[in-house]
Amino acid sequence: MKVAYWPGCVSRGFTPELHGSMAAVAPLLDIELVELDRACCTGAGVIAEHSQELADTLNARTFALAQAVQGADLMMNICSTCQGAQSESQERLDANSEYRTHVNGTLAGEGLSYEKGLTNKNFLWLLVEEIGLENLKKKVKRPLTNLKVGPFYGCYIVRPTDRLGIDADRPRDHYLHWVIEALGGTVIDYAGIHKCCGFPIITMNKEASLKQAGRHLSDAQDAEADCLVVPCPLCHLNLDLQQPLASKAVGRDDLKMPVLHLPQLVGLALGLEPKQLGMSKHVVKPTSVIDWSSAVVAAPAPA
Amino acid sequence: MAEYTLKLRRYDPQAGDAPYYEEFQVDLEPHRSVLEAILKVKAEQDGSVGIRCSCRAAICGSCGVRINGRPGLACHTHLDKAAKTGVNADGKTILVEPMGNMPVIKDLIVDMDAVHWKKIQRVTPWLINKQPVPEREYIVPHENMVDVTQTMACIQCGACVSDCLSMEVDPLFVGPAASAKAYRFVGDPRDAEQYERLKDLAEDPHGIYDCTHCFTCIDACPKGVAPMSQIMRLRRIAGNDHHIVDRNNGERHERAFVSLIRDYGLLHEAELLPRSYGGDSWFGKFHPAAGQQLLESLPVLARGLATGKFTVKKAMLGHRIPKADLKAVKAIYEKVEGKDRRYELNLYISGYEDDDEAAPAEAVPAAVGAGDGMPSAPGPDPNRPTAASESESA
Repeated sequence: MKVAYWPGCVSRGFTPELHGSMAAVAPLLDIELVELDRACCTGAGVIAEHSQELADTLNARTFALAQAVQGADLMMNICSTCQGAQSESQERLDANSEYRTHVNGTLAGEGLSYEKGLTNKNFLWLLVEEIGLENLKKKVKRPLTNLKVGPFYGCYIVRPTDRLGIDADRPRDHYLHWVIEALGGTVIDYAGIHKCCGFPIITMNKEASLKQAGRHLSDAQDAEADCLVVPCPLCHLNLDLQQPLASKAVGRDDLKMPVLHLPQLVGLALGLEPKQLGMSKHVVKPTSVIDWSSAVVAAPAPA
Repeated sequence: MAEYTLKLRRYDPQAGDAPYYEEFQVDLEPHRSVLEAILKVKAEQDGSVGIRCSCRAAICGSCGVRINGRPGLACHTHLDKAAKTGVNADGKTILVEPMGNMPVIKDLIVDMDAVHWKKIQRVTPWLINKQPVPEREYIVPHENMVDVTQTMACIQCGACVSDCLSMEVDPLFVGPAASAKAYRFVGDPRDAEQYERLKDLAEDPHGIYDCTHCFTCIDACPKGVAPMSQIMRLRRIAGNDHHIVDRNNGERHERAFVSLIRDYGLLHEAELLPRSYGGDSWFGKFHPAAGQQLLESLPVLARGLATGKFTVKKAMLGHRIPKADLKAVKAIYEKVEGKDRRYELNLYISGYEDDDEAAPAEAVPAAVGAGDGMPSAPGPDPNRPTAASESESA
């Protein structure tokens, strides 16, 4: 399938391994990525905090660019925070035609216009709803047998449930569990699954921010997870890049929890090598994951 | 009728025993409430179960609990829906626990005085009249009062406080319910102390900038108050209208973020941090406050460079969108930011159109350059001191 692909800022900045691993995994899933390289940042909620109209207009521009991609089935992102910020803008734009017309008026100078009803999905949603778990299972070459994975969703793709279209028919807050299982891994249940990594307040209240990250890492480690998997690069920054400080904030010197981006976990199961997936770029080396994939399975099974 | 397993968390601090879970079988129709099930258990099986309730109609806010891990009102949650909620739901078992972030008095009853009411009191939850008080009633624009009805809908049940993720790590955080209450007066044109209220909450290290933007309170609230959205509005008015530059870097972080996207189109992470601490310009990083933070971040930066996560060049220069697009983004900034009034759409008030033919909904314009005779919510009051006028008089 062809998707208008919004990679976000951080996946091309401080977590380049995310963008790289998505690019490596996409062909294996028959996803054609048409990168929206002209689009700007979603505002991550911060621009909306400053001015709703500014955030909505910038996002409407991105939506319009996505709608202009010929033959694309939908728009896809790889960042929970992008999904949340875009969904918030889209909710207002779709709910009120007068407002939409007003915003489109600002875009008119560039010849762009957003039409109500864009489908915009995080890679996680796309995996379950478009590719399908059965289809995904068939593509697995190196099942994640015995790998104990703690899901960490990130706030922006689980709340608010109404805006994100989460209900009994589409329990998107369970999807990460399902994907881990489809890839052959074991889901680890721990307290932090749907909680906040703390990243948004790292400059405002560093202690509280790091304590949040530290707690979830501790809970996952105590529940004997081998690694965490996140669909959000901002969570990755607080959970991986800041892990040494987060450990200190919760008074633990034994934290060593590898944190994988979702495309990395999928890529491993589809037979890609850890290095191809940029796993050497993590601050906490995913030793438990890599040892497992080379020692237990040795190499991907022939196709 | 259907059979449900009600799993209650039992705890009596006075007995000295550890908390435990106890299961009860209840026969009730699926559309009956969790509260009815609890009361049935209490009446027929174990009279010692502790639960606080009164109206049974989602008005009094007494029966806040956690149901299958999520906060809500026991009287406002149907049994069938409750049994299907949560990752481990089996359609039959309903786990009921006391609310979080507050000490347990007994079983499902928590001490609201110790946490929730203390925080409500902290935000001066009453109107401070503008002087002179008119002889008859105040005349205020209709939109302003409609605007604060969202926060007036709060029934003080504490569901948002229960699961606030910032409060979980920082119990001193003023929290969602009290912040929504603060907006109720900040947004009220009759109140005389908008600036003082905002200055107080912005400067408090556990105030409005301590919210981690996790949306939990929005989902928790049974009345649609959306406390987090109110916190964002408090920040918006504090930063944009009153230019309150707080000691928590909240306003600086917002301003730095907004101008970096204008100048680069994409987030320049390495520039955002020093500017958030030191001020919104390229020179921000040379401010002593930024220097201190940079020093503390050195190990992090070193780790990132060592792993190849980022390069010196990327850290220095950042990344940008193509020139023509950056120009378009700047044009959007100029057009939107150049207005004298913010255009805000509150879906709580306007509702959702069924289709494009529906009547245009009501948008609440917010005055920025107040004093132009237009409705001024949620904006500043021209007669109130601003940060600028305060420093002038200082």
